Amino acid sequence: SVISLEDAYEALRVFEILGIEEKTHSSTATCEKVLENLGSSSPLKDLFYALKVNKILKCNVNGEGFEDIASRLKANVHDASILLDIYYSIGGLVLMKDQDSNVDVLLADVDGVFQSIKALSQSDGRWRYSSDNPESSTYAAGLALEALAGVISLASSEIDQSKVNIVKNDIVKLFDGIEKYDDETFYFDEKFVGGNEQRGFLSTTSSVVRGVTAFAAVTSGKINLPEDKILGLAKFFLGVGIPGDAKDFFNQVESLAFLESNRISIPLILSLPETVYSLTKKGQLKVKVNTVLGSAVPPLTVKVVRAFSTGAKDSAIIDSKELQYDQESGFHFLDAFPKNVDVETYVFVFEIVLHDCGSENVYATGGQIHVPIFVTGIIEVGNAEISVLNSNIGSAETQKKLDLAGNDVVSLSANHLQKLKLSFQLTTPHGHVFKPHQAFIKLRHETKVEHVFVVGNTGKKFEIILDFLGLVEKLFYLSGRYDIELTVGDATMENSFLQLLGHVELDLPEAPEKAAHPPPPPVDPYSRYGPKAEITHIFRAPEKRPDQKLSLAFLGLILLPFIGFLVGLLRLGVNLKNFPGSTVPATFAILFHVGIGAVLLLYVLFWLKLDLFTTLKTVGLLGAFLMFVGHRILSHIALTSAKLKSA
Amino acid sequence: MARSSSKDAQDLFRALWSAYAATPTNLKIIDLYVLFAVFTALIQVVYMALVGSFPFNSFLSGVLSCVGTAVLAVCLRIQVNKENKEFKDLAPERAFADFVLCNLVLHLVIMNFLG
Repeated sequence: SVISLEDAYEALRVFEILGIEEKTHSSTATCEKVLENLGSSSPLKDLFYALKVNKILKCNVNGEGFEDIASRLKANVHDASILLDIYYSIGGLVLMKDQDSNVDVLLADVDGVFQSIKALSQSDGRWRYSSDNPESSTYAAGLALEALAGVISLASSEIDQSKVNIVKNDIVKLFDGIEKYDDETFYFDEKFVGGNEQRGFLSTTSSVVRGVTAFAAVTSGKINLPEDKILGLAKFFLGVGIPGDAKDFFNQVESLAFLESNRISIPLILSLPETVYSLTKKGQLKVKVNTVLGSAVPPLTVKVVRAFSTGAKDSAIIDSKELQYDQESGFHFLDAFPKNVDVETYVFVFEIVLHDCGSENVYATGGQIHVPIFVTGIIEVGNAEISVLNSNIGSAETQKKLDLAGNDVVSLSANHLQKLKLSFQLTTPHGHVFKPHQAFIKLRHETKVEHVFVVGNTGKKFEIILDFLGLVEKLFYLSGRYDIELTVGDATMENSFLQLLGHVELDLPEAPEKAAHPPPPPVDPYSRYGPKAEITHIFRAPEKRPDQKLSLAFLGLILLPFIGFLVGLLRLGVNLKNFPGSTVPATFAILFHVGIGAVLLLYVLFWLKLDLFTTLKTVGLLGAFLMFVGHRILSHIALTSAKLKSA
Repeated sequence: MARSSSKDAQDLFRALWSAYAATPTNLKIIDLYVLFAVFTALIQVVYMALVGSFPFNSFLSGVLSCVGTAVLAVCLRIQVNKENKEFKDLAPERAFADFVLCNLVLHLVIMNFLG
């Protein structure tokens, strides 16, 4: 697949850092692309990334073209006023210096280049992209610092130390503008919105890390950055998890690689594989100290400064104890937990102490680190009793002892005037009273209607009294058998349970009319895929039609006037004497009558089955024919009668 | 008194009848046609009164076809009547052609509305 040199470089760099060997066929295709872009006429960015890829892949590049590229880049460096151009040119020259020692990459006017980069810096430590653009950017600061580091490494002579100190001050000012999350992670944010691309926290922070570590690598002396900020940056990159974007992943991994071995301070990360200690299994509390990418650390000891329970912050169970170190596994472990550790949540405060005092400046240990530790154990349930009490006197009608370890169930019965009482005690392995997160009692009716009540505790024991007189409405007046279930649970309780205690037959009064109905049973969610109810369609009742005989009688009656008309015509002496004799008019006369008959027939067909459009079309045709014929015959008749009149 | 009034009515009727006999035959044919159309309409109205007006569109189209054709026949009679001075110049054939054409259009509309 065709991928850009920038993406190829990022992928290859990640593989390089993580130590993954990638010998795929794409490396030949990538090398081809590198060779393409190592021409002297390629754009600066492509040239830069081609050199970066070549550094990792070590393609077979002949060094002849390098001389031209070097002189082109050097010219660019002196003429350019845009930060990105200077950055790519300087970066290209530094890469060529590593790859081919014969090429002359040293800069002639180092001070001038240094000055042109420094000219774009702002008072708050950020940089501008060019002299035309007034917006300052944190990302650009990272690029500028990397470019300045490149300039120093390409200098033929020693650079002026005062200039270097000015840049170190800029770095300190830049770090003053760092942002922070509540959990002590630090990051850089881009303050202005707009510009070519929206930079997220990850790419901005990684640009700064790249620039600062590169600058620290080529300068002597210390840069005064507080070590908690460096540690905070490391925690930021580690806390991102696994980013979904390839570019973000590259930024994360490369920044961690730079933090791993930088000259400002190397962050040391303390981690615990397990933060849960079980009193029954009696494991070991293990702690590991690493650099950000998991490499070895200098000799050090992990100390527990204090350990206290979250409930009793003042009394500490551990005070200043050192952890033992196991050479084989690389873990620091607590050899013995104090005897008075009980089922609870504790906070352990760790501190890393380096053996070599001199390396205090090299590493960032992070001071006191608070880690919550959960101690779990088996909680004993004792003195469990369930009873039905008569309301007034409080005397028990039935009282049964419960054995919650076993599976036996009790059967009770009560009416609405009585109360149900349940009590039990919870004790930790050391005999203290235990308060779990959850203690519920559930009453479930035969119809699956459920009610849950919280069991309150009175200091020493857990007790709940269900007064049925007051609960009658809540129980929807449903009498019958109720199952009683007890739930006791907590995160630190290893034997949390949900147990059926028994049944109680409840006799409740009848529900009044206005009482709430119990909720309907939950509908089986798959029933919607089953067949639906039959729908009976209600049609409009058809109109009452008259009796058929009546209709037929009237049909006959209608014909009567017609017959009367015909009879009347005969009586009047209708004749066809005036019918034209000669052939042509006779034909027209016949056609005229045929035409009228055809139209009437068409109307009958229209009523029976034709639609309006065909009828209209045919009527149009017939009508035209009829008009022609009719005109001929009628004008003929008119002419003959006119002749008769004049004659 | 009653006898004279009924005799008067009979005399009136006979006078009218003899006057009517004088009209030309073609006009009598047209009058017969009009009577036929009106009677047909009346029978339809009686039927509707008996069985109700469902479907109403059919009733309307039936009655209106009779009424319409009667009206057109009356128009024809007016135009064809020689004693009518207004239509002296109009040839009776032309009037007849109009009558036929209008009837055809009327019956097209009626057939459409009959349903």
